[in-house]
Amino acid sequence: MAKLGFDLSAYFSGVNGLFFGLLSASFLLLIAIQPIQKRASSSNPELLHVSFDPTREVINEINALFVKNRQGLLGTQVRVFQSHGGSGSQARSVADGLSADIVSFALFTDMEVIARKNLLNTGYEKTKGVLTPPWNSAIVFVVRKGNPKKIKDWGDLARPDLAIITPNPKISGNGRLVFLSAWGYMLHKGHNETEARDFLKQIYKNVPVMDASARASQVTFFQKKIGDVQLAFESEALMAVKESEGQLKIIYPSISIKIEPPIALVDRNVEAKGTRELAELYLDFYYSYEAQQVIAKNGYRPISPLVAHEFKDKFPDIKLFEVGLLGRSWAELQSDFFGENGIFDQVFQAIRKDRK
Amino acid sequence: MQSKTRSPLPGLSLSLGYSITYLSLLVLIPLSACFIKAGSLSFLEFWNIVWSERTRAAYSLTFTSAFVAAVINVFIGFLVAWVLVRYEFPFKKFVDAMIDLPLALPTAVAGLVYSSLYVESGWLGQYLVPLGINAAYTKFAIIWVLVFTGFPFVVRTVQPVLEELDPEVEEAASILGASRLQIFTKILFPTVFPAVLSGFAQAFARGLGEYGSVIFVSSNIPFETELAPVLIVTRLEEMAYPEATAIATVLLVASFLLLAFINTIEMWSKRLG
Repeated sequence: MAKLGFDLSAYFSGVNGLFFGLLSASFLLLIAIQPIQKRASSSNPELLHVSFDPTREVINEINALFVKNRQGLLGTQVRVFQSHGGSGSQARSVADGLSADIVSFALFTDMEVIARKNLLNTGYEKTKGVLTPPWNSAIVFVVRKGNPKKIKDWGDLARPDLAIITPNPKISGNGRLVFLSAWGYMLHKGHNETEARDFLKQIYKNVPVMDASARASQVTFFQKKIGDVQLAFESEALMAVKESEGQLKIIYPSISIKIEPPIALVDRNVEAKGTRELAELYLDFYYSYEAQQVIAKNGYRPISPLVAHEFKDKFPDIKLFEVGLLGRSWAELQSDFFGENGIFDQVFQAIRKDRK
Repeated sequence: MQSKTRSPLPGLSLSLGYSITYLSLLVLIPLSACFIKAGSLSFLEFWNIVWSERTRAAYSLTFTSAFVAAVINVFIGFLVAWVLVRYEFPFKKFVDAMIDLPLALPTAVAGLVYSSLYVESGWLGQYLVPLGINAAYTKFAIIWVLVFTGFPFVVRTVQPVLEELDPEVEEAASILGASRLQIFTKILFPTVFPAVLSGFAQAFARGLGEYGSVIFVSSNIPFETELAPVLIVTRLEEMAYPEATAIATVLLVASFLLLAFINTIEMWSKRLG
């Protein structure tokens, strides 16, 4: 036994042995990678819809309905997978190579992020899902039973006696839309940008916890009972109020931002995977009567006038401003407000100065 | 080419080949990629990123909280190791096995549980918050979970050394007239010190890079409770890769220097001991 050992040692000595070691290590690694490659080339058509945080339930329901209702048309067993997270993070994942067939984001800027990586065909801004998304929403206030702090409108949020829950605008679509909505309120009231900045400083001074996504904020507010008011997507607010059994209440502010979450095919990916036709069918399905009903049921404002009329009691008619009010393109909004040393960073520097 | 001196153990270069390949694939290549990415910035850009007020606040919070947590762990960990080695009690094996749980549990779960326990509506928070003890979403909370995640490292490094230490040595010292304090400072402490240091270093290093748990217990307010790993992830989400890697590079270099420093003390104390 010992002799064999020495023989081996002679054989594998020096550079030879080192080379052999490297070779066999890489070989083992290759074997380890093998099954992953195999799985990628499966024959059953599959779609991956990468979306932002609060759309879990609605997309889940639509996917099931799509597979059920379009089964005859498709002929084969189709599977639709979904992935959710902060809108910005999801855009980053897709830009980094997550092979999504369909994407939907909280804001148009996240669409631009993946467009810059040449994942979308030119003219994607003019496609139906981006121009007239199948769903709309708004930022609303969620307060506790009886509204003990008497919060009625954006102006109240600057009061120093409040704790406000809203996620981090740097990474969350919900966070960015809240920031822009508060800004739009000030401009709408005829204030200038300096005053708007000061107003936002007052608001963010009142934020005790800044979560990473819309859903995390909801957990902080509802489950952990931190804060007096949560600034949320209308759909999230409706869901939270329903689940809270009277513990929470929605307050509609005098004006809010019109949220139009764009949805699009990822052209580069559907071409590579050969799923374009299926993906187009899937996207169109969002505009169908049955999908619009699911959208409305889940708290998003439907685009179909017929369904909107059916659900008119659920969605009060409130004043919504278009992003154009802010006087900037989406790209400018992103860099001016949320870029490095943008308005959001400046607001926090100002808060820091005040606290010192 | 033949190696000059042949090791009596077979397969040295074969296993060396394996080690080098895997070390490169798992550690060296990813880390150098991080440095290369950060290298795409000019020096001035790099400096502005890593030395901005916000980044400095994040670094200082990261290092102080990891340090404080590691110090706390040294005391608790030493005590627990001592109890486990020197005393017999029921369910000792069970308690011993429980020490490793923080390593097995996804730290995000720990973070979530801590923050839910200590908020005002939580089991413990309902008694603590009225007393003014806010153990969720504060710096205190960050240290608290870092103590949790780093705890096993100190216990597991100190325990074997204590087991090796024969109680008869202490008895002999006692018979020869040493006081209890003398036994501790002259016999126990020098023997255990290197192990304590390496446990400290491991817990400290763990605390520096911890993300999963702190994201849930920290309120992530810039300048206040934003940790360096959280800042790195924030930058990544903003698609600012060079900036993120710049912050990571500084964190890596600083941790490496600190760990090297602690290892030097450890070696030095071993030689003295």
